[in-house]
Amino acid sequence: MKIEATINNKKIQMEVANDEFLVDALRRYGYSSVKRGCDTGCCGLCTVWINERPTLSCSTLAPTVQGKQITTIEGLQEEAKEFASFLVKEGAEQCGFCSPGFVMTVLAMKRELEKPTEEEIQHYLVGNLCRCTGYAGQLRAIKKYLEV
Amino acid sequence: MKFVNQPIEKIDGMDVATGKPVYTDDLVMTNALIVKILRSPHAFAEIKSIDVSRAEDLPGVECVLTYKDVPNVRFTMAGQSYPEPSPYDRLILDKILRYVGDEVAIVAAVDEKTANKALKLIKVEYEVMEPVLDFEEAIGHSTVIHPEDNLHINFDIGFNQHKNIASSTIIEAGNIEEAFDECTHIVEETYYIQAQSHAMMETYRAFSYLDLNERLSVVSSTQIPFHVRRILARALQIPASKIRVIKPRIGGGFGGKQTASVEVFPAIVTLKTGKPAKIIYDRKESFSCTTSRHAMRIKVKLGADRDGRIRGIDMEGLADTGAYGEHAPTVFSVTGYKTLPLYNQAKAVRYRAHAVYTNKMTAGAFRGYGVTQGTFALECAINQLAGKLNMDPAKLREINMIREGESSPVLGKKDDGTPIKMESCALDRCVKKGKALIEWDRKFPSYEVSDTKVRGLGMAITMQGSGIAKIDTASTIIKLNDDGFFTLLLGSTDMGTGSDTILAQMAAEVLEIPMDKIIVHAVDTDISPFDTGSYASSTTYVTGNAVIKAAENIKEQIIEYGARFLNQSMEAVEFDGGYVKEIDGSNRISLDEIAQRVVSGEGKSQLIGHGSFGGDTSPAPFIAGFAEVEIDKETGKIDLIDYVAVIDCGTVINPNLATIQAEGGLVQGIGMAMFEDVVYSSKGKLQTNTLMQYKIPCRKDIGKLTVEFESSFEPSGPFGAKSIGEVVVNTPPAAIAHAVYNAVGVNARNLPITPEKVLMGMLENKKS
Amino acid sequence: MFTIQHYVQPETLEEAYQFLTAKRNNVILGGCAFLKMSKKKIGTAIDLSKLQLDFIHDKGDVIEIGAMATFRSLEVNPYLNQYFNGIIPKSIKSILGVQFRNVVTIGGTVYSRYGFSDLITALLALDVDIELYHGGIMPLETFLKNGSSKDILVKVILHKNNRIASYQMMRNSVADYPILNVAVSKKGDDWKIVIGARPRRAEIAVKASEYLTNNEVNETMIKQATNIAMEELDFGTNMRGQKTYRQAIAVPLVKRGIMEVLK
Repeated sequence: MKIEATINNKKIQMEVANDEFLVDALRRYGYSSVKRGCDTGCCGLCTVWINERPTLSCSTLAPTVQGKQITTIEGLQEEAKEFASFLVKEGAEQCGFCSPGFVMTVLAMKRELEKPTEEEIQHYLVGNLCRCTGYAGQLRAIKKYLEV
Repeated sequence: MKFVNQPIEKIDGMDVATGKPVYTDDLVMTNALIVKILRSPHAFAEIKSIDVSRAEDLPGVECVLTYKDVPNVRFTMAGQSYPEPSPYDRLILDKILRYVGDEVAIVAAVDEKTANKALKLIKVEYEVMEPVLDFEEAIGHSTVIHPEDNLHINFDIGFNQHKNIASSTIIEAGNIEEAFDECTHIVEETYYIQAQSHAMMETYRAFSYLDLNERLSVVSSTQIPFHVRRILARALQIPASKIRVIKPRIGGGFGGKQTASVEVFPAIVTLKTGKPAKIIYDRKESFSCTTSRHAMRIKVKLGADRDGRIRGIDMEGLADTGAYGEHAPTVFSVTGYKTLPLYNQAKAVRYRAHAVYTNKMTAGAFRGYGVTQGTFALECAINQLAGKLNMDPAKLREINMIREGESSPVLGKKDDGTPIKMESCALDRCVKKGKALIEWDRKFPSYEVSDTKVRGLGMAITMQGSGIAKIDTASTIIKLNDDGFFTLLLGSTDMGTGSDTILAQMAAEVLEIPMDKIIVHAVDTDISPFDTGSYASSTTYVTGNAVIKAAENIKEQIIEYGARFLNQSMEAVEFDGGYVKEIDGSNRISLDEIAQRVVSGEGKSQLIGHGSFGGDTSPAPFIAGFAEVEIDKETGKIDLIDYVAVIDCGTVINPNLATIQAEGGLVQGIGMAMFEDVVYSSKGKLQTNTLMQYKIPCRKDIGKLTVEFESSFEPSGPFGAKSIGEVVVNTPPAAIAHAVYNAVGVNARNLPITPEKVLMGMLENKKS
Repeated sequence: MFTIQHYVQPETLEEAYQFLTAKRNNVILGGCAFLKMSKKKIGTAIDLSKLQLDFIHDKGDVIEIGAMATFRSLEVNPYLNQYFNGIIPKSIKSILGVQFRNVVTIGGTVYSRYGFSDLITALLALDVDIELYHGGIMPLETFLKNGSSKDILVKVILHKNNRIASYQMMRNSVADYPILNVAVSKKGDDWKIVIGARPRRAEIAVKASEYLTNNEVNETMIKQATNIAMEELDFGTNMRGQKTYRQAIAVPLVKRGIMEVLK
């Protein structure tokens, strides 16, 4: 079926299957930052914003985003670079495969929570798994980023 | 030093952190066929008949392959240097299926839906046979998992096909029985270590295509491009010269991608159809149809005299290699080789082990590579021995552990017959600093926090290697481009660790040039110099040494040409990174000008430096790990409060990247200790096959991590460096088990240590 | 593989109901987080997102929650954080990540009657009705016990009656499903003890609740109530825990729930 959604502030028409998930449709249309990491909603790699809310694109049926606003990291490069520079200063990006989803969640958190505590940060990001870093470096980067 | 031992940012950091298309599936051509695998539903079965006609007739299906369509030549998918110790015991597709998930047929179609539909249209009739699911019953079982007569081994690995023994080993020094006779205190226990899953975020994947010369090109998320080329050549029975392997950025490996689990499937489709083809394993396939850590049973007998001097260590290992041998002979040998030297005061040590076939998923390489398992068993036993001796376990280690300049018979001898020594070892300082950081003397062994909560402390020490002595080799090339910048060509595989960056740091240090003057290229087997690959903690040490040689080599050439252009002798000039200049004069020539003139009609050349290295020894990094846990006495819940790791990896090339590697490795070890349970059904199907059922730690599962370095200087290492990649995963299981014991008196000898085991253990203790 | 033949976005509940009942394999889509893990071959997938069912309304004596309200919206809702000691947000905040809770809906969870649910355990400890489009309003407890013929869950209705409530659970990894969960509540002398993820779906320990209601609550009585709860509910084994372990931790979790309510 044909749907129209606003992706990164641009109206895009997409031809999607009834049972296609948003992550696959987005990758097909060239938004390759969006990664699939699991099939059970556990890893957070596929996080994009739907109407500004961080959402699993692996669990969102593509047809349901008709008329909605979708944001991927391709559409937030300036903000992403700003946070990524803190991440890279810590060396906490490692393999980077989980980074797009992680960064999208961090940027959403920054908009949603004012001056979050360490506990609030950890709670907000608990759905973003990472197998390389052990998370501590990510937390150091976030704290420095939020201080700015 | 300007670049070495500096927290340089990773050269690909911003790109991977902002979502650039740099991974395998981001690069695949849109017209690639989708490859899917039909898998065995049975743990052990033989294909009686297979009918693929309906699948082949489905529009959009390009090819369906069965065992009838593949070369009848057995090979190994293990990424090891030729001749591999691994048995050549698998075919691309076999008539006999050896575990739930084993490959029955390969389907390639224009899209995923069609491929999945085609899988359902393949009719297979199986003769189901009795599987071997318990590895403790494998030896001599009535079922022989590999009955085939064309299985091949390259040399003696203690293989016994008809007894399901993939490999056997004995390490022995001194008379173990006599040593135990001198002991007043003996510990004898059995430990079980689970088949941990790598669970790297990027699942296994590769794509292939024919290039304009009809050569097979394979783009793969792999740690071992050169081994993949050789493995494919044998499996597909085509010359290696017809194969090119390209490694883009990798989304994590941890040893999993040291086995060529997927490349052969798209490759054979491309050869058969002439078309591009890709395979992406989903998370279930990644969990249940690739490799894992070797599950092991390790029996330890350990004895000391009344002063706490360890006299004898006897370990007996049984490793479950699953359906295929892959890394079996090497992993379980390393279990002994890299644990026994820790306690070199022992009069006798022995390690005997078998690796056995079972009808479960194959075990492979996983960060720690057998040492992780051995460390858990041995360190748990050491902690228990300390308890028996009524001695502080840190003290017991201080008395017995190896120190700088000492040797152990297990380390072997040099070519000249003298014993190999620990040339660099700060383990004693690591223990001392770790004790201070966790406030050991104040808190050990335990203290009450409330009526229901108690905290306990525990510790473990470990070592690893740096590359495989006399086997791993790396070559590197550095060329000066016409515009005065360098290309560093590597065959090692940065899997997110930052090895491309630290190798560039080393080149920059030697050449005294800024980092942005170096671009790094890795890996394309058509272009890159040979490297065994990034595994066995080799890249910093082995490839690093090769980089230094290549950089020194090109530096000499720069000086030579600079001197020539200045009409001076080489002795009369020096290179400072920017200019070759006269030592006693004021004339100088810039690097840029040298570069341009060398490639011009004047120079008719290009400066290319190269360097190769292979270690004669494998210098050991060390860690002292300390855990503080809090246990809920009513539920058994374990909260990790603090984990302290003090690391001797020699010179730290990049403190930031080394810290993150360490933290990541610790958390992987913590996962193994506390969360990552592996469960099979009674029929041999892996149940923990999603990230929902197999829990890797999330960020709230980890307490405070404290990582510090206590550096030694390794004389044979690049700038004094040793490895860090693997050793970091080893200590948490034993240290956490020890902390749990000290908190609530439950001795966990079977990983993971779940709240259920803790609470049921406490209830058991109450009864007795 | 989960497949969908047709996809519709009805404009009215009646239209949705007609689609739903037209064929056996037609289903209502919730958040899809769990549905997609099934191997269902869906005829018509019915997306309710045009029906504005994502509300949370404080209507004075009740709070009404539309079936399409996400877990995240429950978690951050001021009413729900205020009433019943915030048991609803407390029960769901540990379920995976925020991006997952932005997907999962109350309707999908309650209608599916998942055994592992944290939310259902918490809801059962309150006084909750559900409204089915066809079946009308009924107590949650009744629905959980009996299920319903194919229907559309429209909303969940929470009666605001100053119940004091506590939620307790045991997970190993924070991001895992619960091994056991317990909700305890008290309105005047009226107690409710609910135990879920046993691994079967949550149930009220009726006799234990009555025992507490009819006796003065002290340490001995709490112990006795717990024993009664253990007797009347069945505990089982799955990958997350053995029966004996579940029974062992039910005791302290129930006790902690009661103690928290008494505070």
